[in-house]
Amino acid sequence: MSLIEAKGISKIYKTGAGTVEALTDVDLRINQGDFISIMGPSGSGKSTLLTILGGLNHPTRGELIVDEIPVYKLPTERLADFRREYIGFIFQSFQLIPYLTVIENVMLPLSITDRPSKEQSRVAHEILEKVGLKGKEKRLPDQLSGGEQQRVAIARALVNSPPILLADEPTGNLDSKTGQEIMNLFKDLNKEGQTIIIATHNTDNTAFSKRTLFLKDGKLKNDSRIPHIP
Amino acid sequence: MRLRDISLNNLKRRKGRTLFLILGLTLGVTTVVTLISVGRIMNEDISRKLDAFGANIVIMPRSDNFSISYGGINIGGVSIHAQSLKDSDVSKIRLIQARENINVVAPKLIGLVEIQGKRLPIMGVQFHEEMRLKKWWKIQGAWPKGPDEVLLGSEVAARLLKSTGDSLKISGNMVRVSGVLEETGSQEDYFILGDLGFVQQTTKKPKALSLIEVSALCNTCPIEEIVKQISAKLPHAKVTAIKHTLETKMEAAHHFGKFSFGISIIVLLIGGLIVFTNMMASVHERKREIGILRAIGFRKSHVTRIIFLEALIVGLIAGILGYGLGLGVSHFISPILTSMRVEKIHVDPFLALGAVLLSSFVAIISSAYPAVQASKMDPTIALSAL
Repeated sequence: MSLIEAKGISKIYKTGAGTVEALTDVDLRINQGDFISIMGPSGSGKSTLLTILGGLNHPTRGELIVDEIPVYKLPTERLADFRREYIGFIFQSFQLIPYLTVIENVMLPLSITDRPSKEQSRVAHEILEKVGLKGKEKRLPDQLSGGEQQRVAIARALVNSPPILLADEPTGNLDSKTGQEIMNLFKDLNKEGQTIIIATHNTDNTAFSKRTLFLKDGKLKNDSRIPHIP
Repeated sequence: MRLRDISLNNLKRRKGRTLFLILGLTLGVTTVVTLISVGRIMNEDISRKLDAFGANIVIMPRSDNFSISYGGINIGGVSIHAQSLKDSDVSKIRLIQARENINVVAPKLIGLVEIQGKRLPIMGVQFHEEMRLKKWWKIQGAWPKGPDEVLLGSEVAARLLKSTGDSLKISGNMVRVSGVLEETGSQEDYFILGDLGFVQQTTKKPKALSLIEVSALCNTCPIEEIVKQISAKLPHAKVTAIKHTLETKMEAAHHFGKFSFGISIIVLLIGGLIVFTNMMASVHERKREIGILRAIGFRKSHVTRIIFLEALIVGLIAGILGYGLGLGVSHFISPILTSMRVEKIHVDPFLALGAVLLSSFVAIISSAYPAVQASKMDPTIALSAL
């Protein structure tokens, strides 16, 4: 049984000039422990597919089932709960809350749970240590480098222990060396069993994933499994 | 970490906007507190002046006989033979339900005495009560201190050729003139004022009263109610409210009350509008942030709560500041608007609580629409980077 099953997913956006079909009949199965890169040129539908897989964007047609849950049949507030419990999002421009410290940004998903503050703090410290940010807990995001900010974003995405990690151009705003470090971090997480899906147009990143999906004009053109992970 | 930490941190980070929000709302609360406090002080001032003005209720025996006019009104049945009011009626007045509103009860016995071959009107009073009731009286000399002293009206003094310190023989009793009342333009000018017990004894009407003047504090209790309660206790008496003076005086206070209410509503609306526009701008600025929160699993209700918590914090701070400032402003304004000097600032916990609740209520109501708008934001649109 797949962890994620997308059946005939299509997404049509209404614009001033008419309609744009961002995704057309995408069928996809993703297993627990997969590390997938979604490749494709700009406007191919990578980000749309990622947001649909993450329960953020209602498809126009089709069905998404995650862990046997028909995601888009959930009521709005339950859909928010689904995102909190199943998905960890990492964005290209980090998207940290600028007025919260590193530790507070990491604890953000826990702030709406019943976990006591001490427990929240303990878990956040553990994750920060894991992503190599020990000692920088009290800093504000603008006091960190781009790579460090992305690590905070990864820590925030992991703090709830979600089964699925989604990253949209996670190295897009980083230099190549820092980008490699982040990709290595993803690889390590995947080795521990974390399911990771990244949308990227950087072909170097595909070397870190187990499987690459190619999108063009909203259609899934290729689905290849990479046999050797560097 | 809890939702309140997010709200608090946001307010701390946007210091300028937060200060402007607090300032706008504080201004509104300050105005309301100032108007309420000044209104109260004005009411107190008017009440105080009313107390000084004299009686606002006159109690007379029930009678069809109109013989004497006193204090500008007819007091029917006050003849030298009428004895339908008794000393014991005075204590009954003090037993009514609204007894806390009874300020002064001044019983009187009116009679005639013969002095130096002239028949002159005499009025028995309780001087300690009369002193409190007729604060505008000016006396050459002093108020009588006992039953052997009397006060002469200006006309009587002139007729008897007596002045302060002289002695008088009233029905065989020698009394000293402790003072002469300066011309009042009323009936007192023609009276000899003596101790009530002495006059009752001299006129041979023990325990009898001709009328009772009452000064009631009508600020918190309508005078009609006090009249009704006294009438119930004294069914044999006619209780009359001197309403025209009271109503005229209270009208000014009521007008000010209405004016204050109108101003308060306008100022609070402006305060609410400031909160509303600020919160809308804040929500617009924080689109991306709200998108992040929604993406990582915050429910719509969580986003709404963050906005409401911010409004509540602003409302609480503005309420406390507004109350303090309002007290201070009213402390300085009140002496200008009234003749009262406010010696010390009186902290009213109910007004303080009301100010904080009102401020929080305005802040939350004004933030309701921005909060709903924030919660409705589509996370994918809010996160334009996606």
